Amino acid sequence: MILSVETWQITLFSLSVGLASTLLILPFGIALAWLFARKEWPLKSVLETIVLLPLVMPPVSTGLILLKIFGRRSPVGQWLYERGVEIVFNWKGVLIAMAVMSFPLLVRSVRTSFSEVNPRFEQIATTLGASSLRIFFVITIPLAYKGIIAGALLAFSRALGEFGATILLAGNIPGKTQTLSLAIYSFVQLGKDSEAYTLLGITVALAFLFVWCSEWLLRSAKKA
Amino acid sequence: MFLTGFVEIARTDEILVAAAASLTDVLKEISNGYQSKSKNTIKFNFGPSSGLARQIEEGAPADMFFSADLAQMDDLDKNGRLEPGTRKNLLSNQLVIVVPSDSKLAIGSPKDLLKPEVKRIAIAEPPVPVGAYSSKYLEAEGLWDKIKPKVVPVQDVRATLASVESGNVEAGFVYKTDAAVSKKVKIVYEVPIDKGPKIVYPVAIVKESKRKDTARDFLNYVQTPASKELFKKYGFVVLD
Repeated sequence: MILSVETWQITLFSLSVGLASTLLILPFGIALAWLFARKEWPLKSVLETIVLLPLVMPPVSTGLILLKIFGRRSPVGQWLYERGVEIVFNWKGVLIAMAVMSFPLLVRSVRTSFSEVNPRFEQIATTLGASSLRIFFVITIPLAYKGIIAGALLAFSRALGEFGATILLAGNIPGKTQTLSLAIYSFVQLGKDSEAYTLLGITVALAFLFVWCSEWLLRSAKKA
Repeated sequence: MFLTGFVEIARTDEILVAAAASLTDVLKEISNGYQSKSKNTIKFNFGPSSGLARQIEEGAPADMFFSADLAQMDDLDKNGRLEPGTRKNLLSNQLVIVVPSDSKLAIGSPKDLLKPEVKRIAIAEPPVPVGAYSSKYLEAEGLWDKIKPKVVPVQDVRATLASVESGNVEAGFVYKTDAAVSKKVKIVYEVPIDKGPKIVYPVAIVKESKRKDTARDFLNYVQTPASKELFKKYGFVVLD
């Protein structure tokens, strides 16, 4: 099948912003997941619940909240606007929508992989005089890395499928903010089914690939 | 950043037009014509009118707004989001009754919808404009009470077309321009313009636009005879 320039452009745009969003949330996601897995503090469950909210809330309501925060009418949006940073109707809006929507999946998966690391190894390293930072990078991360990559892949797939928050925050602007999901929506609205099916095929193939890799990593992590 | 700034100056202005999804094809064709004559670039954000109005309300950097509904434009106007004197009622549309293209039912007028073989009728659920217009029209014809039990409320125009296409309903109400989108439905009745409710697509320039001159230029262009011909070609009624 020969893909049009437009199709390539939409696919590459989705993949690159999705990748940027995953790389952006990775350090925060790992740090938070580790805290959730290893530390206890008062009202920890409140923070855990807040982090999970975008996973279960209607994406459109998350989008509306983001639009309220980053719109020019809000203090945050105004502050950014005065410094020449535009989020709304911009690829940066796509990035933020993807990041917020995929963050819970990342945290949840990485947290599980940290929980599966036997704390004995970390305790032994402590008795041998290693600093907590050193233990984290030399013991915990290497033991959990498959789960971390699996979580990142899952978050990346979720970012690619993002629709509701993106259309509100970034708009549906062909050649500027239109992702695979938004383009499929537009083609369906216009009754251009064959174009919609082409993009649908691409999203199914990509989603299958990434989720399959993610699952394979998790299985091989369990065996190890 | 510097590079894009430079390229934009070289190509002059780029404006962003927020437009109701039902205008996608016609506005793309009109903007292609405009861009071949002008050095300005037109970008579009297509979506449902209510969502677009919401974005403009929050200060999204749109320069111009084509709405499929007066109510959304009225709200923006009331809140002072529109450039005074630029608002115009540009287009109208016609309500039509569609049936599956292989339908053998004899439906030639709204009254035929009362026949027992017509079991289900798809109408988009208000506040989707076409849904509100359809029930208003049927009320005026004195048919609404009898037709109402058969009505299947659906999400939007596209869902109306899909349910008619698949034969899950015997008939549906959409705009004439929407019916043209699907090859699997046929129009069996066009509501005469003077009998139907007044359907209006307004357009205006957004007050906070920083490229009002370019927006005005494009606004004038969509009102040229050539643009009006294109709107008609896609089934719209051009208001004067």
